[in-house]
Amino acid sequence: MNPLAQDAEAAKSVLKTMWMIRRFEEAVEDLYGRGMMHGTMHLSIGQEAVPTGACLALNKDDYITSTHRGHGHCIAKGADIERMMAELLAKESGYCRGRGGSMHIADTTTGNLGANGIVAGGVPIATGAALSAHMRGTKQVAVCFHGDGAMGEGAWHEGVVLAAMWQLPVVFLCENNHYGMSMASEKAFNLEKLSDRAKGYGIPGVTVDGNDVQAVRDAVQEAVDRARSGGGPTFIEALTYRWRGHSKSDKNLYRTREEIEEWRTHDPIPAFEARVLQAGTLTETDLEEIRNQVRDELRSAVQRANAAPDATADGLLEAVYAS
Amino acid sequence: MVDEVVEGTETKVMTYAEAIRDALRVAIAEDDRVFMMGEDVGIYGGAFGVTGELINEVGTERLRDTTISELGIVGAGVGAAITGMRPIVELQFSDFSAQAMDQIANQAAKIHFMLGGAVNVPLVIRAPGGSGTGAAAQHSQSLETWFVHIPGLKVVMPATPDDAKGLLLAALDDPNPVVVLEHKLLYKTSGDVRVGDARTPLGVAAIRREGKDLTIVATGVMVSRAMEAAEQLAAAGVDATVIDPRTLKPLDSKTILASVTATGRVLLVQEAAGTLGFMSEVAAIIAESETFAHLRAPVRRLSGLDIPIPYAPKLERAAVPQVEDIVAAATALVTEW
Repeated sequence: MNPLAQDAEAAKSVLKTMWMIRRFEEAVEDLYGRGMMHGTMHLSIGQEAVPTGACLALNKDDYITSTHRGHGHCIAKGADIERMMAELLAKESGYCRGRGGSMHIADTTTGNLGANGIVAGGVPIATGAALSAHMRGTKQVAVCFHGDGAMGEGAWHEGVVLAAMWQLPVVFLCENNHYGMSMASEKAFNLEKLSDRAKGYGIPGVTVDGNDVQAVRDAVQEAVDRARSGGGPTFIEALTYRWRGHSKSDKNLYRTREEIEEWRTHDPIPAFEARVLQAGTLTETDLEEIRNQVRDELRSAVQRANAAPDATADGLLEAVYAS
Repeated sequence: MVDEVVEGTETKVMTYAEAIRDALRVAIAEDDRVFMMGEDVGIYGGAFGVTGELINEVGTERLRDTTISELGIVGAGVGAAITGMRPIVELQFSDFSAQAMDQIANQAAKIHFMLGGAVNVPLVIRAPGGSGTGAAAQHSQSLETWFVHIPGLKVVMPATPDDAKGLLLAALDDPNPVVVLEHKLLYKTSGDVRVGDARTPLGVAAIRREGKDLTIVATGVMVSRAMEAAEQLAAAGVDATVIDPRTLKPLDSKTILASVTATGRVLLVQEAAGTLGFMSEVAAIIAESETFAHLRAPVRRLSGLDIPIPYAPKLERAAVPQVEDIVAAATALVTEW
């Protein structure tokens, strides 16, 4: 498949997305630390290559289901960062009008069916979206992002069983960041690779380096092509690592500083930048320009979001049911 | 006004199960987005025969047999509903909703609100509840309170064949998740059912009988027991109104309050265990309203015992209100106050 690092436009787009996810979450962390953000947050810093690579294989009208650690999925599928930030800042202009927060952002205009506060909650929902695409004959594909922790929940099993039985156009994409909160995935699952589980469901399974955006894109592209042509579901395990704690309360008691430092040397963003430079596709100046552009766009989005009116309690009772 | 099939409307005698099947047939024919999935709904015809031979008419695409995966099929229903379909999920027994509760309570019910109104979840979940078949504790519960308590769900309990059809069609029109709680003992009961695509609107109670001495509010299979009790009471000179709320959420409290205001006495009858049951809410609504000032007797609830449903026929019968219990409770309300 076409090497992303050798195509200037593709390389720019990849870098822009990965940097935007990184900077967005750093901004969230900063706002939270300064007491300007409410609630909790789950950061995916270090995991940016997975949503970025995966969404490159998707059309705008393809579906994704996302997770509590979902900012990256949202951004990679094309969501508006100002509306995302506004949601996190509890503004009326946020994606959910302040009713959902970080864990419930969806953007149906870009096919994002929503983040989810239940770790495997999106699995049967993705199966249902794929069933819907199949029944409507649209050729749309659903990608279900989930973490390693989700593979301990019954919803994962049931969602995959149905998708396999009906050979639906869905890709189950596990972001194995090695921990379900504090539970190490290698301790939790008696498997060498989580993709070994796919065989038990009668679907293809593959494990890729989740910090290699090219590897993720290629694996997802193959799975999406299979799904779109009627070949049924695929399971992909993307190995990556969560640099930050699970959420704000995490003291990292379950892992070592050395382990975190070791994984930081496998940062997906500089790794891809190095490849682009090596290929001579872009210059260091181009890379600097992309970083600056992302920084400026984000800064302006945060400012606009922060200046917007707070979410209002008016009409909350009427918001429960659609009419 | 006593709710009856309007004179001149074309009707056909059907069982409750046939009426549901007729609704499925009508809905699948009139709307490409409608399909149903569930366990053994295809060639088997449904555990209670609701789908019967419908598979031969509508095919396996629109009537989908699933694995035994309640959480998965409700979740798949949610996914299909938010992407343009109008799915119906049949849970073989309402007790199995415990398996599916995350998708019902955390997903289907909340998505519209949580996402700021950006997405609707037009999902219908059908499930039979109730005791009386000797199926014991894990296949006999009346769990309507679970669903009524979750903001975002609508809940209906059809008590007649015509409502079984009409409420299901109305549920399919609704842009929200609707839980349709059918009753196992009603599947084989018969009645006049409007032919075609007639709906029973959600949120409108039916006054099954009008009387001046007391109001009996009953749900599910208790509606027919209340009607039978009312006949016996009438023979003894006690004239009861019987109200079937039909939709528990949103509840037509106006109809209930108006009747209780007029009669001054109310007996609330449910099969479900009493503690914090649906009728506790009805009692609270009455207590908090102006109707309270018109009460001539305390509000009285008649509920299932706070026990799991037992197996032995005599024990099972003793667990939930019977006709004689309703007669006795109504008589006491009228004679002692």
